[in-house]
Amino acid sequence: MTRLVVVGHGPTAYRLIETLYAKGFGGSVTVLGEEPRPAYDRVALTSYLSGKSAEDLTYPVPEGVVLRLGAKVTGIDREARTVTAADGHTEPYDVLVLATGSSPFVPPVPGKDLPGCFVYRTIDDLDAIAAAAEGASSGVVIGGGLLGLEAADALRGLGLVTHVVEMSPWLMPRQVDEGGGSILKNHIEALGLAVHTGAGVKSIEPGEDGRVARLVKPDGAEIEAQVVVFSAGVRPRDELARASGLPVGERGGIVVDEGMRTADPAIYAVGECALAGGMVYGLVGPCFTQAEVAADRIMGGDAVFTGADMSTKLKLLGVEVASFGALDGALDVTFMDPVGGVYKKLFVSDDARTLLGGICVGDAGPYNSLRPLVGRELPASPTELLFAGTGGVDVDLPDDAQVCSCNNVTKGQICEAIASEGLTDVAGIKKCTRAGTTCGSCVPMLKQILVKSGVEVSKAMCEHFAYSRAELFDIVRVRGIGTFSQLIAEHGTGRGCDVCKPAVASILASLNGGHILDGEQAALQDTNDHFLANIQKNGTYSVVPRVPGGEITPEKLIVIGEVARDFGLYTKITGGQRIDLFGARVEQLPQIWKRLVDAGFESGHAYGKALRTVKSCVGSTWCRYGVQDSVGLAIALELRYRGLRSPHKLKSAVSGCARECAEARSKDFGIIATEQGWNLYVGGNGGFKPRHAELLAADLSTDDLIKIIDRFLMFYIRTADRLQRTAAWIENLEGGLDYLRQVIIDDSLGICAELEAQMERHVAGYFDEWRATIEDPEKLRRFVSFVNAPGTPDPSIAFETERDQIKPVLIPLEVARS
Amino acid sequence: MSVELQASPVSTDRWHPVCAYSDLIPERGACVLVEGRQIAVFRGFDGALYALGNRDPFSGAYVLSRGIVGTRAGEPMVASPMHKQAFSLLTGECLDDPSVSVPTYRIRVTDGVVEVSIA
Ligand code: SRM
Ligand SMILES: Cc1cc2nc3c(=O)[nH]c(=O)nc-3n(C[C@H](O)[C@H](O)[C@H](O)COP(=O)(O)OP(=O)(O)OC[C@H]3O[C@@H](n4cnc5c(N)ncnc54)[C@H](O)[C@@H]3O)c2cc1C
Ligand code: SF4
Ligand code: FES
Repeated sequence: MTRLVVVGHGPTAYRLIETLYAKGFGGSVTVLGEEPRPAYDRVALTSYLSGKSAEDLTYPVPEGVVLRLGAKVTGIDREARTVTAADGHTEPYDVLVLATGSSPFVPPVPGKDLPGCFVYRTIDDLDAIAAAAEGASSGVVIGGGLLGLEAADALRGLGLVTHVVEMSPWLMPRQVDEGGGSILKNHIEALGLAVHTGAGVKSIEPGEDGRVARLVKPDGAEIEAQVVVFSAGVRPRDELARASGLPVGERGGIVVDEGMRTADPAIYAVGECALAGGMVYGLVGPCFTQAEVAADRIMGGDAVFTGADMSTKLKLLGVEVASFGALDGALDVTFMDPVGGVYKKLFVSDDARTLLGGICVGDAGPYNSLRPLVGRELPASPTELLFAGTGGVDVDLPDDAQVCSCNNVTKGQICEAIASEGLTDVAGIKKCTRAGTTCGSCVPMLKQILVKSGVEVSKAMCEHFAYSRAELFDIVRVRGIGTFSQLIAEHGTGRGCDVCKPAVASILASLNGGHILDGEQAALQDTNDHFLANIQKNGTYSVVPRVPGGEITPEKLIVIGEVARDFGLYTKITGGQRIDLFGARVEQLPQIWKRLVDAGFESGHAYGKALRTVKSCVGSTWCRYGVQDSVGLAIALELRYRGLRSPHKLKSAVSGCARECAEARSKDFGIIATEQGWNLYVGGNGGFKPRHAELLAADLSTDDLIKIIDRFLMFYIRTADRLQRTAAWIENLEGGLDYLRQVIIDDSLGICAELEAQMERHVAGYFDEWRATIEDPEKLRRFVSFVNAPGTPDPSIAFETERDQIKPVLIPLEVARS
Repeated sequence: MSVELQASPVSTDRWHPVCAYSDLIPERGACVLVEGRQIAVFRGFDGALYALGNRDPFSGAYVLSRGIVGTRAGEPMVASPMHKQAFSLLTGECLDDPSVSVPTYRIRVTDGVVEVSIA
């Protein structure tokens, strides 16, 4: 039996092992990885800072693989065919694969090792950066390439004033030319980042506490920064190969042949550590192809790696940047619009017949359709092609054109999968061909190919309903449907899933009212709505009582404190001006709520796709600038719309004057007081993609304001997609804000009276669902950890103490699934 | 005082009564504790019963009994309430990642009482 040993567990190693298993590899696989966790999606690393967990990013490990983590390999004995790790462990191999990736290059500037200096490569790096950002106000990224800008965006996301220092005269010098770089710089600066191009670093200086305090440029100018991130390129990790006498390139990289084999026939090298055909590839697509070639060779095949496309398309800080093919050529055609922030350039052969490459900044429309045409005859004039994919010309791709560069899938392969497997959606294409599963930038192309193959692209919510949420809403409304069973029997197939059931539950709740745990509806709710609480990572739940407008009496504060103390709950002030109590087991929820309801609290619906909070600032009652009673209005609105079920959560805020201390413009509907009344803003949110709310109507009386909000919310509930916040809904409304104004202010569809009546029904029918639950023994029966041992708490739930409060002890995931 | 420890009988068929059939809500799960093991039991729309390990292998939390029950391509499944991966109620296999699965247990109804076997 072949003993395969892999050094390094990054994306390339993951793909190698997965391919081997898919091909039926019968030997043993042992992986020694230096990081403390199994391979994860490094391309998506930055999403770790915006809410993805390490587990979300982690790739699955096939059954049978032995993973030794935290094991840095320090030596290879090629004679004895063993590798040795830093902890002394020795592992024998028949076949060895080096997949050690690369390490960030840190230029030798004085001060580079001060506390507060980081690189940006691993989850541990990000944890360290996030921790350092906590007490910091500004940061600087050294390097203005692809990764540098991504790191800068991350620092900005952590709330730091962020600077980017780039040696070259323009940003992203490897992907775009000077013209593209200047447009890119405009975009980045407009986002509030300070860009210093053509600038070196003289030194990094510490403050009195010994940590980084500032960066000094060669001209003596200083940039204040408590966090410094180096992103000045990467170097292949070839030190192991070097030390064991394997040839490496002049500028690094383990030399391999076209089968990814090193000079030692028992040793392969793949991914960012390998020098293949004189090139080190720093993109995951080519690394995956190398992994597949090596896997084929290990299984006795004869696959070859013949180089790869280095095209890139990304959305960096909201700006599309793409480049493909050669970045120079005999002739070029350029389109530049500094006002609109768009730059596009195509390189063509000197007879203007062959496409050589291109650069796009601000609008990557042409990328998808043109990249596969590199090296081919131009299908239209270069000027026309500049507008391809943006509503201009439509370019037909030849079958052998590569559509997904990450996974090397051609248009022909996709069309064949569509035809032979009868695919009707992108999910199906992803599953069958793997196209679109890595960086996602080819997904728009996949949709186009589906449409062009005559497949009707489905707007279906899921496999059970061929309708969108808005269509289902109308079906339920017009036909007066009262249950999921009736709806699926008459208009769907199967028995539903986690996508359609909660969506239908929400529609039924919006239209019919009643308790969400009544009858069959209880089974439709996801766990949060089912237990009227938010599930936590260890299976406990959180409790959030409503605190309308953020106003609370000392008595009520004391009750919350007492309940938290008596049940030992972790207590935290939320971002929504209320208090969250964490760590309750299901069987504790009714007891906790009994205490809260008795003290006059009600559900805060923190668990529901429903109105969350209406935040307020202190307003004219106390604030010397306030012009209206913002607290009073916030409370009135929160009480009016509490319990309203909607396609996604709804948030609001009211500010007492234009200083806007309640942050109303980051809400789904936000109200700002004026001397004459209220300005209403709609379609804002924070979250993953922040958007400011836009002014819908100005200087409204309180009555008119409420009438328009009633209509706005009901129109949204009626027509939005599942899990679509108001921001995305308005962006997708044909006609946008103007159309919305016509419908809900000018009543162009004649539905305003109906929308208002629907809201009146909601307001009149409201009751507190937690009170109704604790008063109903039938509903209470579900609040147990074990039906056959109702008094027994779940033994897997355990806590430790941090800063005087509880914190979950996490259940370890076994890693070696051997 | 001394306590006699009795070794649990090694039988292939040890059925444990866990709850009344009517305790289970159609298309919803509940968790039962059998000899220290957490088992998620489900009652399908058509009345069929299923039993799986309660532990969600992706998050490590014991929560599968609290997921939404439905079908995928006709196969009865439960979606983990943590991160939504679907598990077949028939085989315990994760339908989104066949390299992962959860244990399945035998389950039956005798005189209106649901019984689970962990043998
Ligand atoms: C507790 C709280 C954080 C805190 O400690 O302050 C919180 C906690 C959670 N937020 Fe939040 N969010 C909280 C304020 C916010 C805010 C700030 C605000 O409301 O002013 C935002 C940005 C504003 C916005 O929503 O536009 C926010 C944007 C999100 C998002 C992203 C939404 C988006 O449209 O991109 C999610 C994800 C989602 O809902 O799909 C989310 C989801 C979550 C969930 C429910 C994640 C989950 O499903 O487990 C968190 C669980 C809470 C729990 O277990 O009790 N949370 N979350 C805040 C509760 C506020 C409240 O009292 O109700
Ligand atoms: C923030 C960021 C964003 C990116 N975005 C993109 C993108 O949008 N598109 C794209 O194509 N690419 C992107 N990349 C690049 C992509 O992540 C890499 O191409 C890919 O990770 C290479 O995989 P690898 O397995 O070869 O190397 P690595 O991911 O570096 O993995 C190598 C592993 O081996 C371990 N190792 C090294 N030496 C030893 C040793 N001696 N013993 C044991 N273990 C060892 C390392 O610790 C590491 O875990 C990005 C990279 C980063 C950091
Ligand atoms: S509370 Fe909000 S921001 Fe914090 S981890 Fe949870 S979802 Fe993310
Ligand atoms: S091009 Fe990256 S997933 Fe297809």
